Amino acid sequence: MSREAILWRVRSALRRTEGQAAPPPPELYLPVPAVDLETRIASFTAALEALSGRVIRVARPAEARSVVADLIGGASAVASDSAFLRACGIPSLPGVCWEFASAAALRQARAEAEFGITSAHYALADTGSLVLMSGFEESRLVSLLPPKHIAVVPESRLISGLDELLTLVPTPADRTSAMTIITGPSRTADIEQILVRGVHGPGVITVIFVAASA
Amino acid sequence: MTFVPLESIRKTVSNQKLQSAIYASTGRLISKRRSTVAAEALPDYQQLRTQANAIKRHTLDHLDVYLEEFERNVKAHRGKVIWCETGADVADFILGLAKERGAKLIVKSKSMTTEEIDLNERLEQHHLEAVETDLGEYIVQLAHERPFHIVAPALHKTRYDVADLFTKKLGVEREEEIEKQTMIARSVLREKFLAADLGVTGANFLIADSGAAVVVENEGNARLSSSAPKIHVVVAGIEKLIPRARDVPVFLKLLGRSATGQPLTVYTSFLSGPQRGGESDGPREFYVVLLDNGRTKLLADKDKRESLFCIRCGACLNHCPVYRRIGGHNYPGVYSGPIGAIITPQYHGVLQDPWLPYASSLCGACAEVCPVKIDIPRLLLELRGEVARGQTAKHENGAERRAFRLFAWFATRPGLYAFAAAIGAMLAPRGEDGWLRSWPLFPRPKPLINWLSQRDLPAPARQSFRQWWRARPPKAGS
Repeated sequence: MSREAILWRVRSALRRTEGQAAPPPPELYLPVPAVDLETRIASFTAALEALSGRVIRVARPAEARSVVADLIGGASAVASDSAFLRACGIPSLPGVCWEFASAAALRQARAEAEFGITSAHYALADTGSLVLMSGFEESRLVSLLPPKHIAVVPESRLISGLDELLTLVPTPADRTSAMTIITGPSRTADIEQILVRGVHGPGVITVIFVAASA
Repeated sequence: MTFVPLESIRKTVSNQKLQSAIYASTGRLISKRRSTVAAEALPDYQQLRTQANAIKRHTLDHLDVYLEEFERNVKAHRGKVIWCETGADVADFILGLAKERGAKLIVKSKSMTTEEIDLNERLEQHHLEAVETDLGEYIVQLAHERPFHIVAPALHKTRYDVADLFTKKLGVEREEEIEKQTMIARSVLREKFLAADLGVTGANFLIADSGAAVVVENEGNARLSSSAPKIHVVVAGIEKLIPRARDVPVFLKLLGRSATGQPLTVYTSFLSGPQRGGESDGPREFYVVLLDNGRTKLLADKDKRESLFCIRCGACLNHCPVYRRIGGHNYPGVYSGPIGAIITPQYHGVLQDPWLPYASSLCGACAEVCPVKIDIPRLLLELRGEVARGQTAKHENGAERRAFRLFAWFATRPGLYAFAAAIGAMLAPRGEDGWLRSWPLFPRPKPLINWLSQRDLPAPARQSFRQWWRARPPKAGS
């Protein structure tokens, strides 16, 4: 069997025997800086704006709702089934679909909508990233298929960066089959190194931070 | 040196358009990288390199343990691990799976590993459509070419080439605007994503403690390939293992910066197993193919083991004065540039392309920019040694060895050397470069003609070093 053949070759290459333990791996390097909220917001905003994303800050969930309403302007939108989005009243906005009879209908809507609206489990201040874990609340395709992505996120979920993320979620696989870190709009520079946004994923991304959690 | 693709190299070097495309693209990548790893932007850059190197070294030195741990954790999340010794094994597995599930259309996201094993060609032979979905890879696939660069596969194509290609292959109206070309590809490929039965991606890292594959990209095509179809197959070399998910940040911080000067690429996905309860999308089946294909040979060679540290960022290509002239297609394997010169011999042995380790000025730029600190120049020297020993054993390249033996014989006899040098200096014309090539009296056997086609001896100076040494003024104070 290939499995045994490969493992045998690996062990003989390393002069190791079956069942021989490994010493502990090098000590972790996960420096988590202490950064206050205002600095995190400023850093997130600068990083995402540099990638042509947009950041809007509001005080209350109700304000988030009206900002989203303005952004989509009645165009078709699909929202993920997130408790925070519901608390903001996003699903009841005109044009927004979020309940579907079948998986096929759901997929169809995600493929045809102009806007995908999600929340995020975390936001990373130093890179302007959103972290989404596929599960009951978030899916993989809402933030991917529509040409525009809106994320409504409580400020309390804005952490310093990757190192803090992996400190809080040391084994993502235990929580989700897919943890996705989204840093700005989809982009390519494959033809003459000219930057084009929105090649396969959304080309426009707007993050709304809400100060008071619902 | 035999087998140097001289004709094709000459064509590349004399193609002004291609030369400026390579030079401009790699130049841009160089400056973008530089600004994101600068001390102001990333104060712990050197520390990250050291840590990345230590993690890779540790993992490869105990690879059996991590492979088994990875397999256990993939199973725990209801995924399956498939072990493959060769590219043919990978194709057989995917063909078998596609047949069983009735899959006809496969979407693929950019993966050097699947390029390495010619997966698309193997699948096409069995009438399975495998579509590359990364824009650059898609262009290269339509043109039936190999990737020109590890991270920028279509670096050699202009917008006009792409316009021709799209008109011819997709039957669309001619479009020369890059943005519109990209949108044509988006809509063609979107249909494919939604219709595909099976998605194949590579992996940048495999995490032992999570049974997860980490996939890094900018376009979203890897997310689509891994999320839209019912079946997701990850194809990755066994060297991609790292112990813990918590080791990933170190590599992510280095990879995007070294490859394209991005602090983090647009999408980073940690994928583990098929869709779970409560999820409304994602694949129903999840497989990780672990590929050997010569990697255990490199692992067994203690000197070259560190070439398996490579995270495929392409920085060594961008900084290599040889790559920047000859481009990616003159290298014999799919991996080009300095790292390609080290990886490629694992497949056919070093004597298949004996010139490869010599396609380097040994300037050391590659080692300086390597995010995992692979000592590429040292490895190239090791390979040169192997080539020389191999050729000696096969009695090849005798003329060069005889020439050097003759030189050594003179060089170890100072009196004779001085005498010969003095005569040489007397006979040679003054101050003309290329003198040996144009000297009518000189006997020129074939190996010497070959040697002279690339270079010449500099014209001898009027005064020899020995004369200069004797005549130099005494040092002040001595």
